Amino acid sequence: MSVYHQSKSRVIQIIFVVIFAIITGQLVNLQIFSSKYRIMADNNAIYRKVIYPDRGIIFDRKQRAILENTIMYDLMVIPSDAKATDKIELCKLLNIDTAEYRKRIVTAIIKNTSVKSSVFEPLLSPELYAKLNENIYKFPGFILQERSIRNYPYNTAAAILGYLGEVDTAFLRKYRGEGYEMGDYTGLNGLERTYEKVLMGQRGIKRFIRDNRGRLQGSFEKGAFDTTAIAGRNLYTSIDIEVQQLAEKLLQNKIGSAVAINPKTGSVIAMATSPSYNPNSLIGSSRRRNFGKFLLDTARPLLNRAIKGQYPPGSTFKPLGGLVALDEGLITPTYGFNCFGAYVNCGKPVRCTHAGGGHASDLRRAIAYSCNSYFVHVFRMAVDNPAYANPQQGYLKWKEYMNTFGLGVPLGIDLPGEAKASIPDTSRYNKDFGGFARWKSCNILTLGIGQDRMTATPLQLANLMCIIANRGYYYTPHIVDSIENETIDDTAYLAKYRLKHEVTHVADSTYKIIQDGMEDVTIYGTASFLKVPGHKYCAKTGTAQNPHGKNHAVFTAFAPKDNPTIAISVVVENSGYGGTWAGPVATLLMEKYLNDTLTTASAKRAEEFSTIDLIPAAIKKWYYRKDSIRAVKEREKEKEMEQRHDIETDTTNNIKTTFDPEAEPNRKSDDDKRENNMIKQTPMLNNTNDKKKKKDSTLP
Amino acid sequence: MSHQYHSMRASQKTDYLIVWLYAILVAIGIFCIFMVEYNPNEDIVQSFLSGKTNYSRQLFFTGLCIIAATFILLSDSKIFTAFANLFYAFGILLMLATFVIGDNINGSKSWIRLGGGFNLQPAELCKIFTALALAKFLSNQETDFTKLKSQAIGAAIALIPAVLSIAQQETGLALVYASFFMVMYREGLPSIILIVGFSFAALVIATLLLEPNTLALILTALALCIIYILRKQIKKQKKILTYIIVIWAVCVGIQRFAVPYLFNNVLKCYQSTRVYSMVGKDYDCSQNKHTIANPTKAVRKPDDYNVRQSKIAIGSGGLLGKGVLKGTQTRGKYVPEQHTDFIFTSLGEAFGFVGCFTFLMIYLLLLFRIVRIAERQRSTFSRVYAYSVVSILFFHITVNICMTIGLFPIIGIPLPLVSYGGSSLLTFTILIFILLRLDADRQMVLR
Repeated sequence: MSVYHQSKSRVIQIIFVVIFAIITGQLVNLQIFSSKYRIMADNNAIYRKVIYPDRGIIFDRKQRAILENTIMYDLMVIPSDAKATDKIELCKLLNIDTAEYRKRIVTAIIKNTSVKSSVFEPLLSPELYAKLNENIYKFPGFILQERSIRNYPYNTAAAILGYLGEVDTAFLRKYRGEGYEMGDYTGLNGLERTYEKVLMGQRGIKRFIRDNRGRLQGSFEKGAFDTTAIAGRNLYTSIDIEVQQLAEKLLQNKIGSAVAINPKTGSVIAMATSPSYNPNSLIGSSRRRNFGKFLLDTARPLLNRAIKGQYPPGSTFKPLGGLVALDEGLITPTYGFNCFGAYVNCGKPVRCTHAGGGHASDLRRAIAYSCNSYFVHVFRMAVDNPAYANPQQGYLKWKEYMNTFGLGVPLGIDLPGEAKASIPDTSRYNKDFGGFARWKSCNILTLGIGQDRMTATPLQLANLMCIIANRGYYYTPHIVDSIENETIDDTAYLAKYRLKHEVTHVADSTYKIIQDGMEDVTIYGTASFLKVPGHKYCAKTGTAQNPHGKNHAVFTAFAPKDNPTIAISVVVENSGYGGTWAGPVATLLMEKYLNDTLTTASAKRAEEFSTIDLIPAAIKKWYYRKDSIRAVKEREKEKEMEQRHDIETDTTNNIKTTFDPEAEPNRKSDDDKRENNMIKQTPMLNNTNDKKKKKDSTLP
Repeated sequence: MSHQYHSMRASQKTDYLIVWLYAILVAIGIFCIFMVEYNPNEDIVQSFLSGKTNYSRQLFFTGLCIIAATFILLSDSKIFTAFANLFYAFGILLMLATFVIGDNINGSKSWIRLGGGFNLQPAELCKIFTALALAKFLSNQETDFTKLKSQAIGAAIALIPAVLSIAQQETGLALVYASFFMVMYREGLPSIILIVGFSFAALVIATLLLEPNTLALILTALALCIIYILRKQIKKQKKILTYIIVIWAVCVGIQRFAVPYLFNNVLKCYQSTRVYSMVGKDYDCSQNKHTIANPTKAVRKPDDYNVRQSKIAIGSGGLLGKGVLKGTQTRGKYVPEQHTDFIFTSLGEAFGFVGCFTFLMIYLLLLFRIVRIAERQRSTFSRVYAYSVVSILFFHITVNICMTIGLFPIIGIPLPLVSYGGSSLLTFTILIFILLRLDADRQMVLR
């Protein structure tokens, strides 16, 4: 019996040991082999707060801040603490009713629980802030929280400076490991984008312990793992904000662009694009609404035409054509061409403004009179250069020149999304003319006068002026001259802007002849009615043929003639004469830059010019429709009509037009058609029905 | 034997190891509650004395317990044998009284308000009385525990308070009375009952884990295997085959009908959910009778928040723990009821595996020591009582710790001597010190 009981006591003890062993086993499993619980505990309790440093400030060339930070205040509420608040008075201050108050409180609770703070009213106006700050003691549970936001004090240079936006998942995937988190802001365009790393500074991280309801209980490990935030560094740009403002003002009510560069350094002085927008409309709470509006706007205010717009340079290209021939040794400045008012050597005549009188008896005069025949001829000489086996080889050499001039390649300005525009390749022409080498210089002769398939951005056009102003070299255009506390990385990045690009081996004396020709343009040529008070300047007008609507006015210039400090290009879309519509913009900007002020007369002229409306009718119609209540109905009706029209008349056309004629008023058809049009149209420059256009097309 | 001499002898013979272990555990308890409630903005000394925090109240309860323990040690051990049945009757009466004068605290109507912010839970005290009554019954010379009738009476003594507890919505406390079966096993209850009990538990868990059909197939296959192995014996004795078939039928019946009935009709939705969540499954409350009966109550999604947070707290402690007052789970109050039922989590987080293991060893030492004390008694009464104490302690420790580490569904029973709570602390103090008092008189044969 005793032995039996002894064994039962053993059994009980064994049960104890077994159960304790099981518990120990589970403890080993939980505490030693499962690392996930540690992570889960950290996720529970450690709240990582990212401390955002102030972003760097962007200065213009006179050390004026053109993009800075301001403090705005949000009114925050902790609903559970706000029960004793003086509702009526707060509502009166905020100009809301108590129903709205209740609604916002409920929203806050749903969003962020009642014990954590949520935004009650974001971005208070300064007056409201002052009033609230005075009375905040009456509103327990409400806090004024400061927030640093970007501010553009001059309301200008939107396209250059860019904007901030919230990062999306694609961005996060691309820049993984760079410390971005959902909800962060990053530069999405302009300098904000290019210099994001410099401007953003270094984020700090503070770790807090939070409890089961998300309330912070104090710092984690007394801040041992915290990092401090380092403010972003400032950028010093070459922008002259007053010139920039004037440029934007002059381009008001027009579609186009103006770029001014200091040829000595390649620093951009002003870069305007129109239509534009007030950069302050893309910050804070209004960002979402305005961004959508701008994105859908048919005139595309978010498009920086200075680096993305592609225009045929027209006559402004002519001095370059001369340069190529000079550099190849095909002509000398005294080379002349006997023009009788048209270039007829290739069959269809290319018309010229002037006839006879020896207006192309040498390079200088040919430039001054903008002789089409002369430059078509010179271009053909370059392509048919006997040094090369065939015209294709000659053309390739010519194209190489264009690329070294910065045409057909992106220049590499420090703004995102620069277009390279177009200098067509031989393969393009092989395709156009149905086979390899089935084209001659005659087929593409209008390239010599900046037409055909050649396009350039306003930035590239301004850069061409730099080459001529500098007599043979340029610096890559750039906006940022220097960075505060420049690091080795920064220097490496900026090095390309400090590199001189020699592009020709033409003597300075020859360049002087070209410059003289361009000065003649401003003395007795197409720009003779435009003056820059106190300075001699050189210019070349252009009236670029384009297949959609009126000609683009192009104007390129540099000044002063003897010691150029500003090179400029202006394009005004669908307006007409280069001298008439683009010229005043350029000369006024040069005057502003060189004299630091405008004369009374000039100021008056600027005022008048800014009110001139040159927006194409199609775009105006779009705005009208958008504003109209009848818009929807009308559009539907039109769609129906169009469809019926298509079915009735145009059954042969299987290619559906995929563009919206309202959104792209300059486009008549899809791409292929457009190019065909160009080929058809450009060789016959006077092939227009409109009488007025006939006049325009004779390329002054 | 003068009174003075008697008390001196008692104090000399008291088992001081148990007293030390008791003191250590109570101290650990107060310290753990302090870790849970610690507020860096308060002065520690002041808050310990203020009586406003739970740890200061626990300290106060400890004082009460010391007084009670002293009284017990100074008392005559014959009182306990003499009044065992009377105590038991009083306890049952108190429990019945709660149905009339009880107050609803924490969802169970098992408390009697004493005033001054203190409440009494008769079901707690009843553990002591049941232990005494069972000891009294089994030590009776007329009781022959090998007989079925005696076994039934013994079981009834243990089960009456359990049934009353269930009626008071205190399932956890009711389960504690199951621990008396261990005592009865020691006193002669056949082993087969324990084996059947364990098998039943294994079958219930298997039912939860496996698909009904799969389990039925496994059981059938198992039965066929046994028949094949025992085929020679079966040829000799046909009875064995009948036994096997009956056992198989009962198993399948349990698995098919009894277990679903238990979860859908006996247990409430939240209880079933807890059991299911322990094995990592979701329980569909819409099948539960109680939810069907009260459709107004929204069927809540099964939530294992408590266990998850408890496991995170213990698991994040690692090998050596995060250190005193550095546990983020504890500081952030992520574990609900951490000062009472989940007190073990604060220990696990602060001291890690090493701390937990040491703590468990203290408990194991206490249990082994009590078993040893039990076995050295000459009196059956003392032995049975000692086994009752060790069984109750063991059951509490096992269920409570297993629940915090996710091995057992959540049942609200405290960790002995450590969890916050005056009733619980007082009950265990009285249990242990009566045992010490009886042990001091082990040379006497008590009836």
